Amino acid sequence: MPPLARHLPALLVLLGTSLPLHAAPQADPLHSVMWDVMHKTVLGDQPAVFDERVKVTLPQQVEDGQRVPVSVDASALGRVEEIVLFADYNPLPLALRFQPLRLQPVFAVAMRVNQATPIRAAARDAQGVWHVGGQLVDAPGGGCALPTPTRASTDWANLLGKMYGRVWREGATHRIRLRVMHPMDTGLVGNTPKFHLTQLRLSDSAGQPLAHLSLDAPLAENPLFTFQLALLNGDSLRIDAQDSDGNAFGGRLPVLP
Amino acid sequence: MIRHRLRLLAALLAGLGAVAGARAAEYPITPQAVAPDSWAVIADTGYFTPQNGGFLVNTAFIATAEGVVVIGSGPSRAFGQQYRRVIERTAGKPVRELVITHKHPDHFLGNQAFSDVPIRADEKTTAMLRNEAEGLAENLYRLVGDRMQGTEPLLPNAPLTPGVREIGGHTLEFIAVPGHTQSDIAVFDHTSGVLYAIDQVFNGRTPTLPNASLPDWLAALDRLEALPFKTLVPGHGAVTHDAAPIRATRRYLQWLDATLKDAARHGLTPTEAMALPIPAEFAGWAEARAEWRRSVGFLYARYELAELPALAAPDQPTD
Repeated sequence: MPPLARHLPALLVLLGTSLPLHAAPQADPLHSVMWDVMHKTVLGDQPAVFDERVKVTLPQQVEDGQRVPVSVDASALGRVEEIVLFADYNPLPLALRFQPLRLQPVFAVAMRVNQATPIRAAARDAQGVWHVGGQLVDAPGGGCALPTPTRASTDWANLLGKMYGRVWREGATHRIRLRVMHPMDTGLVGNTPKFHLTQLRLSDSAGQPLAHLSLDAPLAENPLFTFQLALLNGDSLRIDAQDSDGNAFGGRLPVLP
Repeated sequence: MIRHRLRLLAALLAGLGAVAGARAAEYPITPQAVAPDSWAVIADTGYFTPQNGGFLVNTAFIATAEGVVVIGSGPSRAFGQQYRRVIERTAGKPVRELVITHKHPDHFLGNQAFSDVPIRADEKTTAMLRNEAEGLAENLYRLVGDRMQGTEPLLPNAPLTPGVREIGGHTLEFIAVPGHTQSDIAVFDHTSGVLYAIDQVFNGRTPTLPNASLPDWLAALDRLEALPFKTLVPGHGAVTHDAAPIRATRRYLQWLDATLKDAARHGLTPTEAMALPIPAEFAGWAEARAEWRRSVGFLYARYELAELPALAAPDQPTD
């Protein structure tokens, strides 16, 4: 093998990590006129590159814009400090900020979209660079601005903040699924003010933090989160949540052998 | 409000259509004789597109001595109008009534062309259409575009009671077989032996489940298979003379149920469930992957919730 070919992979990796910081801005692969605004408002105008290693998986076409399932996997980047999930054409673009801390930079959740839009995940690496992945979803209008079929019929007095969940062991990793009952009102439906979960913290049984999320109203009603982690100490997880009215909710999620 | 928006949309699309010239292509409506005095119109087996103009549902008509009984009016006003001309030319008789079997938009949005005859549907379907028809029509405008122009939902205006009716020498039995939606009616012509199963049975086309109840649908398939029919007109796909499409539809629903149960039990996310392999028997059906994804979207949440126990309150922090 000639020396250049032998070193090509390493060179490419070097180029790949250093180029974006100095190169001209890349064109948005999803051709969204809102990208520059998203870069400024959601990513704070920090360095950002489009990067296919941030995998966003979702159905290309949905009939229910109130519950679009999205899976995000940024594990190919290695260490990730934070992931944000947003939709360019939503009246409220940002759905969540996820600091994985001791979890893997992987999650799934359902969110609202108000029309066809790019849905993107941006993952911030240790150098402070945002790596942006995304997909387009085609959807009917109104996912953020129409009442859900279950909003009025749910017994919120008894269910608000109630949690459901389970932990699975898959070889060396654990998968966590957690649902928190909350209307996640966007404030865009009739006279219902914005009312949503704001914080979600996961910690181990010794009280050590595992992950921290800031949540906003574009998440689907009664959001169901999926997380992954490698090592877990103790026999349970502790979940703490807060909403925009100052309510605090908690739950203990047992890890079965 | 919605009606107003729909009118506006229709006007806008009509304007676009005029600019684009006379692009109002005819629908390929070719009646196929299935028995004496009985025809089925077999449609495209794809999904709603501007190209097929939304024509992807089978319809049928029976020329009795007292006029023609029509089963389903199709996806648009233009379809309904053209279909009615084809029916009266083929049967050589006027239409006496229209039967709407269930609430899905591709089965009733041609109603405007039948406004002078009774349009029958059962109480439950009529009640649901009263609330949902505008939204269903809007969605079809979005998917199909300008061939929907002028289409507005026209609600059923006559009762459809399960049971036997003698009409012009045909003994027609209207059978309540819910499952595909909350209320579905199949038509069995005892005189000709033709079973118009419509959307309870799909043949070579992946079933659609936006309003499905699997236990009800499976019970409906058992009921249909027990009928002494000679010819079967499915809702989508070709006419047959055996129960093979009933059994295939049953196997698909059973596979779907078992697969979603298993996925939820293993903690799969919806997007992971959408990517699961489809067995060879169903993978070749039209829209197999697209309809599987849709069905996961419609149904998987119930399976997920069944696998997630309620959490106890956390222990109080000790510090």
